[in-house]
Amino acid sequence: MASTETTDTTADAPVKDSSGLGGLEAGLDALETSATSRTPFRQTFVNKILPPITAIVVVLVVWQLLVSLKIVDDPSKLPSPADVGGEFKDAWLEGKLLDYIWTSVSRGLLGFLLALAIGTPLGLLVARVKFVRAAIGPVLSGLQSLPSVAWVPPAVIWLGLNNSMMYAVILLGAVPSIANGLVSGIDQVPPLFLRAGRTMGATGLKGAWHIVLPASLPGYLAGLKQGWAFSWRSLMAAEIIASSPDLGIGLGALLENGRNASSMSMVFEAIILILFVGIAIDLLIFSPLERWVLRNRGLLVKS
Amino acid sequence: MATALAKAAEGSASVEHAARIEHVSKSFAGPAGQQLVLDDITLDVAPGEFVTLLGASGCGKSTLLNLVAGLDRPSTGSITTDGRPALMFQEHALFPWLTAGKNIELALKLRGVAKNERRGRAEELLELVRLKGSYGKRVHELSGGMRQRVALARALAQDSRLLLMDEPFAALDAITRDVLHDELTRIWAETGVSVLFVTHNVREAVRLAQRVVLLSSRPGRVEREWTVDIPQPRRIEDAPVAELSREITEVLRGEIRRHGQH
Repeated sequence: MASTETTDTTADAPVKDSSGLGGLEAGLDALETSATSRTPFRQTFVNKILPPITAIVVVLVVWQLLVSLKIVDDPSKLPSPADVGGEFKDAWLEGKLLDYIWTSVSRGLLGFLLALAIGTPLGLLVARVKFVRAAIGPVLSGLQSLPSVAWVPPAVIWLGLNNSMMYAVILLGAVPSIANGLVSGIDQVPPLFLRAGRTMGATGLKGAWHIVLPASLPGYLAGLKQGWAFSWRSLMAAEIIASSPDLGIGLGALLENGRNASSMSMVFEAIILILFVGIAIDLLIFSPLERWVLRNRGLLVKS
Repeated sequence: MATALAKAAEGSASVEHAARIEHVSKSFAGPAGQQLVLDDITLDVAPGEFVTLLGASGCGKSTLLNLVAGLDRPSTGSITTDGRPALMFQEHALFPWLTAGKNIELALKLRGVAKNERRGRAEELLELVRLKGSYGKRVHELSGGMRQRVALARALAQDSRLLLMDEPFAALDAITRDVLHDELTRIWAETGVSVLFVTHNVREAVRLAQRVVLLSSRPGRVEREWTVDIPQPRRIEDAPVAELSREITEVLRGEIRRHGQH
C-alpha cells in the first residue's frame, strides 16, 4: 500500500497521461495478436503421418490380393510382395543394399552441390545483368523442359563411361532449375523492400546482400528442391543407360541388371529404392529447410 | 536518446531548414505525352517542425515525398535536406526475414553504428514506441499497429533530422490510428525530429501538424497553408480541430469541384 502511494505522489501529470496511453496501447496489442502454439504430436500424427502409411498398406494389400487371387498369375510379370521383400533381405544380408544406395546418393548429392555452386552465380548474373538475361535467359528456361536423358548419349561420347559423365548429366539437368529458381525469386522481390532499403542506405552490393538475397530466398529454395529432383532423375537415366562394371552398382544399374536377368523382383526392388531415396532426401533436407524459411516469414498457412 | 538529441541540435545550428523545396516541378511520360504532376512547389520545413501535406488523389503528394527522400529526381527546381531523410510508408515495409529488433538493427548497421551498440540501441527504440519485449518477434506475429510502430522505430534508427511519412496510418483501423496519433505526437516532442507527413485525411492533418499545406490536384501546386496553433495534446474530436478541419475541407472540396467543370 505504502509503495503505491509513493509512486502516485512522485508521478506528475504528463507521465500519468502517457502511462494511460501506454496501457491503452498494450490493450490494443493484446487484442490484436493471437498466440500461436505448436501443434501437438498426436494431431501431427493423425494429420500427416497416418494418411501416407494407410496408402502404403492399401497398395500392399491390393498387390498381395492380385497375386493370391491369381488375377495376375505370372511371377515374371508381377512378383509377390514377399518375393520383393526377400530380394531386399538378400541384398541386406550380402551387405550390398547400402552400397547400392550410397553409390547413387553420393553421386547425386555431390553432383547437386556442384550444380549449386554453378547455378547460384549463374542465376545472380541472369537476374541482375540485362545483357546476360536477354542472351541466355530464354535458353535457360527452355533447358528445363529438355529431358536430361537426352544428354546421356553426348556425355558418353564426350567423356566416356565414367563418373565425370554422370556428373555432367546431373549438372545439365539441375543447373537450369537452380538458376531459374533464383532468377524468379529475385524478380518477385517486392519493389517496396527495395525502396525501403534504399532510403536506409542499402544500395549496390549492400542492397544485394541485405535486401535482395534474403528476400529472394523462398524462390531460390523452390529452385533447389526442383534442382534436386532433376539431379536425381538425370542420374538414374545416366546409370540405366551407361552401366559399366567400373562404375560400381548404383540403383539405376541395379534396375538394368534386374532387366537383363529377367528378375522382376529385382526390378521392383530397384524402383522402390529409387523412389524411396528421392522422397527421403526431399523430406529430410529440402522440405524442413523450406518450411523453416516460410514459417519465419509467416508464409506458411496452417491448415 | 540524449546523445541523438544533442547531435541533432549541434547539426541544426548551421542549417536553417530540415528540408527546403524550391520551385520543384516533376513530369512523367504518360500516354498523352509529358504529364505535369508537380508544378512549381516551394516549401520549407523548419528544424523540429511538423508539417502535413494534404491533398486529394492526383495531387502528387507521394511523388513529392519520393523526391524529398531522394528516390527520384525533380524535373526542375531543387531540394535540399539536412542529411538523408528517413521514410515511412503506408505499408510497414518491414523485412519478414528479420525479427522486429533485427529490422531496427539493420537500419543501425547501414548507418554505421558499431556492432556492440546495436542491440542496446534497438531495445531503446522499441521501448520508445512501447514495444519493449518485442525484440524477437517476427513481423507476422505483430498486429498492424505494432508493425507501424516498429517501422517508426526503424525510421528513427536512421537518426535523420527529417522523418517523411507517406500516409503511414491509412491502412489501420480508426481506434489504432487514434492511438498512434497520440504516440507520434509524443515521440515527435521527445525526439525533436522534423516531420513531413502526407495524408488525404483532413482531421488527421489538423490533429498532428503545426502547419497544414494543401496541394491542388493535376498538377500539384501549393494551394493554401494554415498554421495550426491549437495546443498539444489535441484529440481528433476536439472542437477547434473539427472547426479548422471544416474550413480546410471546404477549400479542398472547392478545389476538387473545379476538376468536374471542364
